[in-house]
Amino acid sequence: MNVTVLVRPRDGILDPQGEAVRRSLAGLGYPASGVRAGKVFDLQVDAGDADTARRIAGEIAERVLSNPLIEQYEVEVGG
Amino acid sequence: MTRVGVVSYPGACDDRDAMRAVELMGATAVRLWHADPDLHAVDAVIVPGGFSYGDYLRPGALAALSPVIASVREHAAAGRPVLGICNGFQVLTEARLVPGVLRTNTHLQFRCQDVALRVDRGTPWLPGASAGDILTIPMKHHDGCFFADAAQLAELERRGQVLLRYDGENPNGSVGGVAAVTNEAGNVCALMPHPEHAVEEMVGSTDGRVLLQGLLDLARQPVAV
Repeated sequence: MNVTVLVRPRDGILDPQGEAVRRSLAGLGYPASGVRAGKVFDLQVDAGDADTARRIAGEIAERVLSNPLIEQYEVEVGG
Repeated sequence: MTRVGVVSYPGACDDRDAMRAVELMGATAVRLWHADPDLHAVDAVIVPGGFSYGDYLRPGALAALSPVIASVREHAAAGRPVLGICNGFQVLTEARLVPGVLRTNTHLQFRCQDVALRVDRGTPWLPGASAGDILTIPMKHHDGCFFADAAQLAELERRGQVLLRYDGENPNGSVGGVAAVTNEAGNVCALMPHPEHAVEEMVGSTDGRVLLQGLLDLARQPVAV
């Protein structure tokens, strides 16, 4: 099953990369603020149903794809 | 003779300097390979600096999953000493062998410079040094901003797990100016600056010898069975 894991900086955690992008956007005159930089992982999980795929992807996200001290994640299961 | 294992990863670059420093300190350096779980009967382990696995995912994250780290975990659980340097600090945080995490420097710059480190308290890791002493040791990193949340940091301070702090300018934005921490048991120590680059007068400072001597002293303690 196709699974997407989104990893973002935790709320309240300083994100220097997002802040640098925000400064550049401001320099270009865009009215954009609150930029946060994260990561997207697309993976295929060999599972019989969506719940199983979600559970496996959640474990992968928790253990490998994110560092829970500074990052939060969301799992989206597709077809 | 005391045997100190130094882990080599694809992308490590300070493993040879660490081995040379160990030999200069009068111990035997043993190269450990990331894919080999055998620690070759070493008394202590150094997880050295570099860019293991290209710093992919997060610095140290993939190295923390390597076979050798599973064995380092057992070595640490047995109370034996482990020293993580720079990328090694990142590996040990990702392996949850020391607390916290290393993030991108708040100024987003790679910094390569000598740093003054203030000793927080007397500890077996810093033989001969006492609270307030300054050690000058070089750092060179982009992702050395130590982070722990306020509650975790307070707990580390309370337990005396902070060994060194940046004195004067905070070069990377680390919370509490923390430069070196230990695990709760005190046998795993990690820092961003490079003691193995400060062992000879010719290159400016020999203050790195203090920490390496601490590692060797701990390695020579009898093994608890």
